[in-house]
Amino acid sequence: MADIYHEIPPRFQVEIDREKCRLCERCTVNCTYDVHSFQGERIVARSENCVACQRCATMCPQGAISILPGKITFAPHYTYSDRIRRIIYEQASTGGVMLAGSGTDLPYRVIFDDLLLDAAQVTNPSIDPLRETVETVTYLGRKPDRMSVAEDDGKLIVSRGADYPNVELSTPIVVGHMSLGSISYNACLAILRAAKEVGTMVGTGEGGLHPDFYEYADVINSEVASGRFGIEPRYLKEIAAIEIKIGQGAKPGHGGHLPGEKVDAVISETRMIPKGTDALSPYPHHDIYSIEDLAQLIGALKEASRYRVPVGVKIAAVHNSAPIASGIARAGADFITLDGLRGGTGAAPRIIRDHAGIPVELAVAAVDRRLREEGIRHLVSIVAGGSIRYAADLVKVLALGADAAMVGQSALIAMGCRACQMCHLGNCSWGIATQRSDLTRRLDVDIAAQRLANVFHAWTEELREILGALGIDSVESLVGNRDRLRYVGPNPKVAEVLGVKHAGEPWSD
Amino acid sequence: MNGFPYRGTWDKPATPPGRLGRIGEACGIAALVNLDGRPESGARIGKMIRTMVDRENGLGAGYAAYGLFPERADLYCLQMLFDDRGALERAREFLGKIFRLDADEEIPTHPVATLSGKAPICWRFFVAPPKEADGQEDDYVMTQVFRINAELAGAFVMSSGKDMAVFKGNGWSYEIFDFYGIGDYEAPLWLAHSRFPTNSPGWWGGAHPFNILGLSIIHNGEITSYGTNRRFVEMWGYRCMLLTDSEVIAYSLDLLLRQQRLPELVACAALAPPYHFLIDEMENGGARELLREIRVNYRPAMLNGPFSIAVATNYETPTLLGMTDRKKLRPLVAATSADGNTVFLSSEECAIAILGEDATEAWAPHAGKPVIAGVGRGLVRRGTEEYFQGLEIEFSNA
Repeated sequence: MADIYHEIPPRFQVEIDREKCRLCERCTVNCTYDVHSFQGERIVARSENCVACQRCATMCPQGAISILPGKITFAPHYTYSDRIRRIIYEQASTGGVMLAGSGTDLPYRVIFDDLLLDAAQVTNPSIDPLRETVETVTYLGRKPDRMSVAEDDGKLIVSRGADYPNVELSTPIVVGHMSLGSISYNACLAILRAAKEVGTMVGTGEGGLHPDFYEYADVINSEVASGRFGIEPRYLKEIAAIEIKIGQGAKPGHGGHLPGEKVDAVISETRMIPKGTDALSPYPHHDIYSIEDLAQLIGALKEASRYRVPVGVKIAAVHNSAPIASGIARAGADFITLDGLRGGTGAAPRIIRDHAGIPVELAVAAVDRRLREEGIRHLVSIVAGGSIRYAADLVKVLALGADAAMVGQSALIAMGCRACQMCHLGNCSWGIATQRSDLTRRLDVDIAAQRLANVFHAWTEELREILGALGIDSVESLVGNRDRLRYVGPNPKVAEVLGVKHAGEPWSD
Repeated sequence: MNGFPYRGTWDKPATPPGRLGRIGEACGIAALVNLDGRPESGARIGKMIRTMVDRENGLGAGYAAYGLFPERADLYCLQMLFDDRGALERAREFLGKIFRLDADEEIPTHPVATLSGKAPICWRFFVAPPKEADGQEDDYVMTQVFRINAELAGAFVMSSGKDMAVFKGNGWSYEIFDFYGIGDYEAPLWLAHSRFPTNSPGWWGGAHPFNILGLSIIHNGEITSYGTNRRFVEMWGYRCMLLTDSEVIAYSLDLLLRQQRLPELVACAALAPPYHFLIDEMENGGARELLREIRVNYRPAMLNGPFSIAVATNYETPTLLGMTDRKKLRPLVAATSADGNTVFLSSEECAIAILGEDATEAWAPHAGKPVIAGVGRGLVRRGTEEYFQGLEIEFSNA
């Protein structure tokens, strides 16, 4: 059977400049994919193993290493592209389901890039955020239908009905759910520190919360997923918010998957499962087979958390998201997280990652519209994620109807991730998506935390700059304000679904 | 008149003539109220608005008078414009089906040579809702007004409140004054508006004041949060058909003041809330807590961008309310008469000065703080007080 594996042309070509190389062997230590080795008198690179994580090239003191596109070309074929042929070769060798990490790399059109922002001119003055106040404070949670305030003889009497807990964020950016397991202890810690500094919220992912991380409880959004890993009383009581995970943009309809090899002592303690066992979450929650079951779980979690924190529900953006979101709002959720087609993952079947779901831009617009039509938009906040790459996407997704944007991949990139999409292998050479102690210590927590906080500060400042240019001095006046967007893409139907006019058309709706 | 009036349908919002979309504008606003309820002719309000000549370009002006029909104060007055006689007769028949028609009359008008185009037919109906609407008269009338404006071709309701009326059209403020003979009416509370639309030819229905039931608004500014505000009020059953930001302010206030019965100070704080950092710094714990709740709960109601507005209501008594955005990007001046009985609001102090000794003390209300004065209520707020100053705030948990 040895011959059943066919050699496939390498995707990348690793070249070592022999003039520069001093044979220090640092590359052989840094590479986690078995590319570099010292063979007698020279470093030999096995290009077929390279994933272009750039670790060796970055760490080489001589700058002697280049990573280039593979030099062996396939005969050009549009239909049976290189990508398709590689998949078939791979599956012919293994007979397995292809796994992948990160979000889909297929060239689905990024609708954000087809949207342009408005700016104030003459009839409404723009605002300079360096001289004037421009606010970005955001509250996530259910709002009442109305306030009840009566004026009586020099008194204002405020009658409160049910208490709706809201989470206050200093900026409308939250970090999505990346569990301890999908990423390293150090990476989790860096994210928590950054969020604490900035004043926003971080999802735990499905893996529970490591005891050390309760120090950051006031920025933590505890995920309750179908595997129910790591759920304990304080996981629901001491934190800022709870989120039921129904689905994830990278793998709609699938549950979490953490292979046993990654379940070391730290993960075992956090997830509350024996060392070395696979942590496989069921695809659906086995106590949620319809919307009324979801309502019961929401109710149970609110009881468990003493109604102190908002309880949200995360779904993958799918074709029927709008009616589903309506059901979730009516089931009592305080916020809904929409995770789009391009959302990331630690590990997912590639076929699902690449082909299921819809872009978050369309999902947000559809959900926001539907909830308004039904008169229940105030019952839930909308959080949108799945390829919020930078501040422009943040602004646009708010204008399309989201109250806050959720980021994952960008946060990892800020900490050093090169987006090589090999998270599922657990050999992350940058110490992020791995549990190997020799690798996790490569991530300096203080530096990673500061780099991430810098990105959040930069985005918030850019958000202020854009708000000021729009003549808006507080971010809530951008939420759902599609009138300030214009479409320049090729498909008018997209603009229609987004509820956005075409560029060149004046104000109106 | 330039394509008067516009026509819309339920499924497709109407646009002004020429499909030019939403109107941005600069404007002049003037208002006055006699605190003892003494009616006065439209002469002074006309003088105020006409002196601010730089604030208009002849593409729309209007007036509103409150306490106008004391003998019919229990009836809704539908002040309407019609394309032609046919439209008037169709409307009369339709109104007969949905209301109890008490009386109707032609609104007196006077030819104005300089007004271009054909003037609409102006008619008013005094109506009462049918018995089925008992207890929900206001909502019934509001729904029918939306329906008429959307469905009845050639008909437009300028105002629909009790004991008040709006007079507006496409022209200079002096032309509209003469056209309706504003000087012949007597009322204790007046609003006047002149317009400088920046991207519209102007049309009769698009002039200010905007009205819904007993609430009328005149507005100078451009709301940059229009899309957010519009979606907010539409969620609560309003139909934004005129595509102007002024309309959306009228509906926001109707929602907060009439439907949700919020005190004026609370509604104003929802539209122009103080900054979070100012709330944090407040010493009055009750006010701080209340403002925080208002900011959290009424996020989409906040009006962003430059505005100054004057609003008239007659929920209990004719009341005038004036305020600006929280950065005060548009002007608003307030003043009282020498005898203290009249409160004036206007865009420019010249509009008050031109009344001579009639108006003495003038002041600048603070950004985002309301001036409130009403018949029988006196000058309740000067717009210079702290939030909820002098009020005790009590929270009760149901």
